[in-house]
Amino acid sequence: MRSEPRVPVSFQEQEGGGWLRAAVETVRREWLIAFRNRQDLINPLVFFVLIVSLFPLGVSPEPEFLRQAGPGIIWVAALLSILLSLNLLFRNDYADGHLEQWVLSPQPLALLALARVGAVWVTTVLPLVLLVPVLAVMLHLRPGTGLVLVLTLLAGTPVLVLVGAIGAALTVSLRGSGVLLVLIMTPFYVPVLIFGTGAVTAAVEGASITGHLALLGAMLSLAVVLAPLAIAGALRISVSNG
Amino acid sequence: MWQWFHKLGSPKWFFGIAGRLMPWLGWSALIVLTVGVVWGLLFAPADYQQGDSYRIIFIHVPSAYLGQSLYVAMAVAGVVGLVWRMKMADTFIASATAVGAAMTFLALLTGAVWGKPTWGTWWVWDARLTSMLLLLFLYLGVMALRGAMEDPDVRARASAILVIVGVVNIPIIKYSVEWWNTLHQPATIKVTEAPSMPASMWVPLLICLLGFHLLVAWLILWRMRNDILLRERRARWVRDWVLAQ
Repeated sequence: MRSEPRVPVSFQEQEGGGWLRAAVETVRREWLIAFRNRQDLINPLVFFVLIVSLFPLGVSPEPEFLRQAGPGIIWVAALLSILLSLNLLFRNDYADGHLEQWVLSPQPLALLALARVGAVWVTTVLPLVLLVPVLAVMLHLRPGTGLVLVLTLLAGTPVLVLVGAIGAALTVSLRGSGVLLVLIMTPFYVPVLIFGTGAVTAAVEGASITGHLALLGAMLSLAVVLAPLAIAGALRISVSNG
Repeated sequence: MWQWFHKLGSPKWFFGIAGRLMPWLGWSALIVLTVGVVWGLLFAPADYQQGDSYRIIFIHVPSAYLGQSLYVAMAVAGVVGLVWRMKMADTFIASATAVGAAMTFLALLTGAVWGKPTWGTWWVWDARLTSMLLLLFLYLGVMALRGAMEDPDVRARASAILVIVGVVNIPIIKYSVEWWNTLHQPATIKVTEAPSMPASMWVPLLICLLGFHLLVAWLILWRMRNDILLRERRARWVRDWVLAQ
């Protein structure tokens, strides 16, 4: 049995109000769970590093090749490991009935979902981004390139988590939905991948990266506004499934 | 108008009206497509640059067009299904997914067949080709999600949400792919820089386009009727209808 902290859903008592409090409680609960199940935090990181290290082994260890392909490899590995960890995003909450409490609570479900996704980004994706400088050295990227890569990942990965959470919410009630999530969500990740790696390529060629970053930012703001609504809708459907 | 809208929500009424429409659609699709394809493949003049290989546009353009527009139609049905909880909307999504995927696949296939003699390669990572490939993946995703769900009501609402999220993303995907392509390689090949076609070429193309629409309408109605029978298999009118056959 995993040790799950029992945080009472105390914010239900405040009729409709206490939005901020509800969001903060959601984030706090998420962090407690994350730090008490450390293995779940470490697994996506190991997966990420493993995927990246397969490329030098499988394709070519030549520094010249790695310098060229490195940013793309890191982006794709980050994308895959986010998809992998998103599969578990709502799984336990669905199993223990927490999602039903969410749906019943007077605070808007979209807000709770946004708080939840934000907390997940900080606990599972941010460590991954912090690992990137190490991997950049291993793939012989130039220091400047590594920095731009980290910047694009910081701007792009929240979009991946927000959009992927829609798929996670849709598939949470299905058994063995890991591959399904990858199948339905990967096409949506293409624009982020294109602009993320595009910025790095532009930086390598000495061009300006602000355009790419601005577009990533535009996608991020669009996702922050729209994705929580879709996540909330999807969660309602999955919970009504019973 | 609203009365008609309410009627549209009734599987029995829809089944009947679709049954009466289908022979008309089927036969006119057959006739129009035969005229269009024969005219296009045999009688339209050859292109001065591409010779006869351009003739594949009489299949390629209609299927590509329908592959894209069917997804939008599915999204409209998704909104209708979510807002008015109309059963027929989900029946439409269920039936149109496979047809749309088939059209997208046909467009990719005919594009590859045309690309080999024209560009000398089956596939290039061109913006249009890539966005069609991603569209195919979107269709396959909807099919995968529907296949994994058992409860019809949940399946209807979940796939409606997925299709709507997809249609919001289609422009983003399309423009990002186009920009990606122009960023990396300045367009060496223009896929469909619409040449000013003579009427002897675009008239058969228009006929083929109409024929494909009729064919797709017929296919979707056919699949929708099957879907209705399966869903309403416990209803009395279905039993009466089956026994009458």
